[in-house]
Amino acid sequence: MSPAQQTLLAANEASEHRPLIITLFALFVLATLGITVWAGRQTKDAADFYAGGRQFSAFQNGLAVSGDYMSAASFLGIAGAIALFGYDGFLYSIGFLVAWLVALLLVAEPLRNSGRYTMGDVLAYRMRQRPVRTAAGTSTIVVSIFYLLAQMAGAGVLVSLLLGITSDAGKILIVALVGLLMIVYVSIGGMKGTTWVQMVKAVLLIGGTILITFLVLLKFNFNISDLLGQAAENSGKGAAFLEPGLQYGMTGTSKLDFVSLGIALVLGTAGLPHILIRFYTVPDAKAARKSVNWAIGIIGGFYLMTIALGFGAAALISQDEIIASNPSGNTAAPLLALHLGGVDSTWGAILLATISAVAFATILAVVAGLTLASSSSFAHDIYANVIRKGKASGAEEVRAARWATVFIGVVSIGLGALARDLNVAGLVALAFAVAASANLPTILYSLFWKRFTTQGALWSIYGGLIVAVGLVLFSPVVSGDPKAMFPEVDFAWFPLKNPGIISIPFGFLMGWLGTILSKEEPDAKKYAELEVRSLTGTGAH
Amino acid sequence: MSTDAPPPSKEQHKLPSPEEFAEVQESAEFGELRRSYRSFAFPLTVAFIAWYLLYVLLSNYAGGFMGTKLFGNINVALLLGVAQFVTTFLIAWWYSRHAAAKLDPKAEAIKSRMEGGA
Repeated sequence: MSPAQQTLLAANEASEHRPLIITLFALFVLATLGITVWAGRQTKDAADFYAGGRQFSAFQNGLAVSGDYMSAASFLGIAGAIALFGYDGFLYSIGFLVAWLVALLLVAEPLRNSGRYTMGDVLAYRMRQRPVRTAAGTSTIVVSIFYLLAQMAGAGVLVSLLLGITSDAGKILIVALVGLLMIVYVSIGGMKGTTWVQMVKAVLLIGGTILITFLVLLKFNFNISDLLGQAAENSGKGAAFLEPGLQYGMTGTSKLDFVSLGIALVLGTAGLPHILIRFYTVPDAKAARKSVNWAIGIIGGFYLMTIALGFGAAALISQDEIIASNPSGNTAAPLLALHLGGVDSTWGAILLATISAVAFATILAVVAGLTLASSSSFAHDIYANVIRKGKASGAEEVRAARWATVFIGVVSIGLGALARDLNVAGLVALAFAVAASANLPTILYSLFWKRFTTQGALWSIYGGLIVAVGLVLFSPVVSGDPKAMFPEVDFAWFPLKNPGIISIPFGFLMGWLGTILSKEEPDAKKYAELEVRSLTGTGAH
Repeated sequence: MSTDAPPPSKEQHKLPSPEEFAEVQESAEFGELRRSYRSFAFPLTVAFIAWYLLYVLLSNYAGGFMGTKLFGNINVALLLGVAQFVTTFLIAWWYSRHAAAKLDPKAEAIKSRMEGGA
């Protein structure tokens, strides 16, 4: 039997148990909709909608941050990358975790102390409001859409595995369903509803991952060396599978790509708008610090388990079967669940259904978090402060945010079909690169550099944004590669898949250049206010 | 400033004037808070990014060393990868301890004085 037939069999196996899978999905959707409606009733003003009333505890928010962060990229993408490329896939886990230290040491507390609802609040604090808020809103929406693209790719992939749907119409229907649900979550539940959905999802994801890890380790009598040994052997690549270099070690260019990816991962997190706005849901900066600590513990534990997921898939499933199911390995984790239970057994089907439901919950929750970040930024930065020049009432802002949710939902449904065959972890790494190029330099300069000016802020946001997105556009991710979004054309002159190594230093450089070349004087009084506020919390909302 | 104002509560704290902010920013007390924060957070950030980049570069350009088997199938690469996890946990713990002991008391003193207007 060929691997492709095996996978088809797996899908058929799953479809025999379709009632079970659909029941699990429906349970999650119903529970989260219940939470959403309940939260929606308690959402009375703008602080409720944007920041969940700022009354979540540090642990609750730590859990929700983990829920927002551990996306389809972490669960499906990393497991797949390790299953196919062994050790090189593990870099994602490390970079995604170490990155949290930047958020902890430099960003979380000052942001909580000096902003109200969005990243733009901090960037525009001492600048001319309208241009800087426009820039901050633009980059928030662009980063979130890159991230959304990855989640939608994950959703499409899951569905084709589970329900045996391979037709484009079927996939688009599912992507549309995900989009519709997220519109409901965000527009009704706001930050309060979304935060609770993240918490539920984080518990499910950690639970599912612990279960699979336990089952994998059980198969190898808790001997990790044996697990790695069989993964190396079964992959057909031997010891090289456990060493760096399988995916990136071929040429000088691909090695550079590895460095570029590494830099983007470690600097991206602290510039992700949907993560940053989570710090507004707790009462003060100390609680923000504690929630990052909780998140580091939870996320770190999860990423350590990706070793078992990825190498477990490599050890127990043939490479051909993984690739036949999805060329980038995105379905390795659900396939692993099926194999652990037994391909022809009910137990296998139940495990597959459970893990797929967890993955589906993961995607839905992250999609909701991203949509909230973009619609908040649109309503608060662009509508209230740029279009209405700060004269919009809280109720008007929230109404604008709800409409923006619908709009962004429709856009992401439209984009969802484009990126099916790309590894979702690779796609998310692009969002990290854009965030690290456009947002991080501007945040750090704003908080710590006295001389930073409006022109500097605009140059670093737009400079980082345009170069990062531009390089992606002309990279092998978009064209000129069999796995590209548009494989049949080739306009890729930039050789690296991740632009970080160029675009991040460029963002920092532009912020510095824009500042030293600007004719305006920095607003010393506003900086005094920002600096004192960011370090002490004086006047924080 | 009136002394018989109601005690400051969470709901009604007073926002200090721009002059007060500028004055505090210039003060020795705030200078010390800033120094205590920056002299801890900035070098530590440089250090963990350097340690992480070292790991990335070793993965790329020192394949032989990284592939050295230590025990069973566990090689240097895996051990260094897990070491990144360990150092991340330790740095998070260390910073939080520093912040709680050295930064929070100073920050709270300044905040309550500015908001209380006392």
